Amino acid sequence: MKTTVPDHATASVAFNRDESYVDWHDETLWFVRQKRDRAAQQLPEWEELRETASRIKDHVLANLDELLVEFERKAQTNGITVYWAADAQEHNQIVYDILKSVGANHMVKSKSMLTEECHLNPFLKERGVEVIDSDLGERIVQLRGEPPSHIVLPAIHLKKKDIGDLFHKHLGTEKGATDPQYLTEAARQHLRETFLTRRVALTGVNFAIAETGGFVVCTNEGNADMGAHLADVHIASMGFEKIIPKTEHLGVFLRLLARSATGQPITTYCSHFHRPRPDGQQMHLIIVDNGRSAQLGRPEFRNSLKCIRCGACMNTCPVYRRSGGHSYHNAVAGPIGAILAPNLNMRENADLPFASTLCGSCSNVCPVKIDIDKQLYLWRQVLAKEGYIGGAKKAGLQLAAKVLASPTLYKWTFRTGRMVMRTMPFVVENGLNPWFNDREMPTAPKESFRQWWTKNSSQESGVGSQESAVRRAEVSGPPSRSQEVSSGTTQPAPTS
Amino acid sequence: MNSRENMLAAIRQNKPAPGVDAPDWQPLPTRVTFGEVPTDLVTPFKTVLQAIGATVVEAAGYADVRIHLRANFPDVSNVAVTVPELGDLADFSLAIRDPHELELINLAILPGQWGVAENGAIWLTEQEMVHRALPFITQHLVLVVHREDLVATMHQAYDRIQVDETGFGVFIAGPSKTADIEQSLVIGAHGARSLIVYILG
Repeated sequence: MKTTVPDHATASVAFNRDESYVDWHDETLWFVRQKRDRAAQQLPEWEELRETASRIKDHVLANLDELLVEFERKAQTNGITVYWAADAQEHNQIVYDILKSVGANHMVKSKSMLTEECHLNPFLKERGVEVIDSDLGERIVQLRGEPPSHIVLPAIHLKKKDIGDLFHKHLGTEKGATDPQYLTEAARQHLRETFLTRRVALTGVNFAIAETGGFVVCTNEGNADMGAHLADVHIASMGFEKIIPKTEHLGVFLRLLARSATGQPITTYCSHFHRPRPDGQQMHLIIVDNGRSAQLGRPEFRNSLKCIRCGACMNTCPVYRRSGGHSYHNAVAGPIGAILAPNLNMRENADLPFASTLCGSCSNVCPVKIDIDKQLYLWRQVLAKEGYIGGAKKAGLQLAAKVLASPTLYKWTFRTGRMVMRTMPFVVENGLNPWFNDREMPTAPKESFRQWWTKNSSQESGVGSQESAVRRAEVSGPPSRSQEVSSGTTQPAPTS
Repeated sequence: MNSRENMLAAIRQNKPAPGVDAPDWQPLPTRVTFGEVPTDLVTPFKTVLQAIGATVVEAAGYADVRIHLRANFPDVSNVAVTVPELGDLADFSLAIRDPHELELINLAILPGQWGVAENGAIWLTEQEMVHRALPFITQHLVLVVHREDLVATMHQAYDRIQVDETGFGVFIAGPSKTADIEQSLVIGAHGARSLIVYILG
């Protein structure tokens, strides 16, 4: 199924075809990032909160097995049925079996990136179960037959006209109507009917509490609650890294989550489920691995499992903002998706760690301090070593290595390059040069820095010392970027 | 099913050993709390609630609440109330078996246990809701909190809350909302279309 999926760069070209969409997407997400900054700056303890959250998650990763067992025991005492699913297939089968056991062929589902990761909807559809996604953004993309393009803002790639046309077709709204208030009201009426008639509701899990055996679901719309509290059966699906040790840790995470995600002080609803409704409701909870234990075993990548799915890294990413979530061909897009996806499948996702400028902005906004940019860089090396890098990229790097290793070849290459660019610009300014496709070529200078240096400094001092100065400059290279960002402070906006 | 054993075995084998392959690892922070507690909690609580789309009214007593409610909802029917002092405003009995019947509710008036000044969130449990669906399915929601039950931050709130005391509890901060259409804020997504918070005392 995935073999025909275009890689990130190709898909980005498609996304960039309409410049007005890209500009809007870019500016809107940057605006969300700025709201996040304002929310964070209002708390003097923000950095301490991030550090604490990171340490709690370190503790979680080091004690995952004990915490999950403790959680399971408490949850079972609470009357929740707990399941363990090694992979997506097993998770989907468990959901289907629960549906079958109560004779349901309809289900309402609130936002759960895990079920996107597991491709639950198509699995159930093939078996005759209709799933309706109840988050407005997810309902929009579901009606369009698309996956969400952002984990918090699923329909951020669409304009209100697209949604107006969609709702006219599916929900019978007036033709040409684009008022968000009117369109949201139409969806409210349509989904209210769904909430009232579905006997089974599935929700995601934001946090599962080991010490009490309960779980927390956060929404702004109230859709998770509308589904769960009206259904006879509540199924909750969680990746096993969602566990936290204690209730008091919720204070830390709930303070960080919405502020990082949208700049809100907290989501409208933070619902704490501990026991099924006393009227005979069933509550099922599925703990899913699906590659997570393998990621846990990769020391340099394991702390990607600290992620609380706030989306801050996407909103700040200059590549995500200009390429759109669908270009990442993975349930979780953006920088965090690019370090999670290769763990699931290196071959299919080898392009994603390259969809980055390594600017490090993602790591600076991450509320649990995942070193995303470092992991992007490390994945590139792993993928190259494992042989997943494309031929052109590999050949280019090998050629570059040869040129950079030989001062003579280096001088010759660049002298020729400058001459060609000045006298025969058409050689590089054409469609065969991928660099030129989206950029203007720089004006080639008449002389190199090296030539300028040799010429100018020879007027003041001896030639020998300049030569050695040039040599030193050649071997030491540019300063490391890590020196600039290691302070952990938020760096200024990358500008286009 | 043996997926449980397989998953736990894989985790045991792959998890970091503190201090060995996780050199930066530090013990779990004990008792997390931050920030100075401001003396005036009402002002920040009100300000943030207004910013997230709620109406906030300071009321000396239930008589004031009653007057304000009558003015704001003059002809409302299907009102559910779980605040004992305002019980006479109810015309919808919550002594029902099926929560689906709540779809008719226009106004629900519920007591909150705690209000959090930093984010406007109000904690209530299924004890106050009677039916878990009530604060979500109602068209309009009213929450009543006592001035002395305001706390500064989520840390202080969790210090006071026993989350598993009942089967369900929720922090509610404002009316339901969405910005999924072009990031335009729309109040009234799937939950309540409006929220009025009365601060008593």
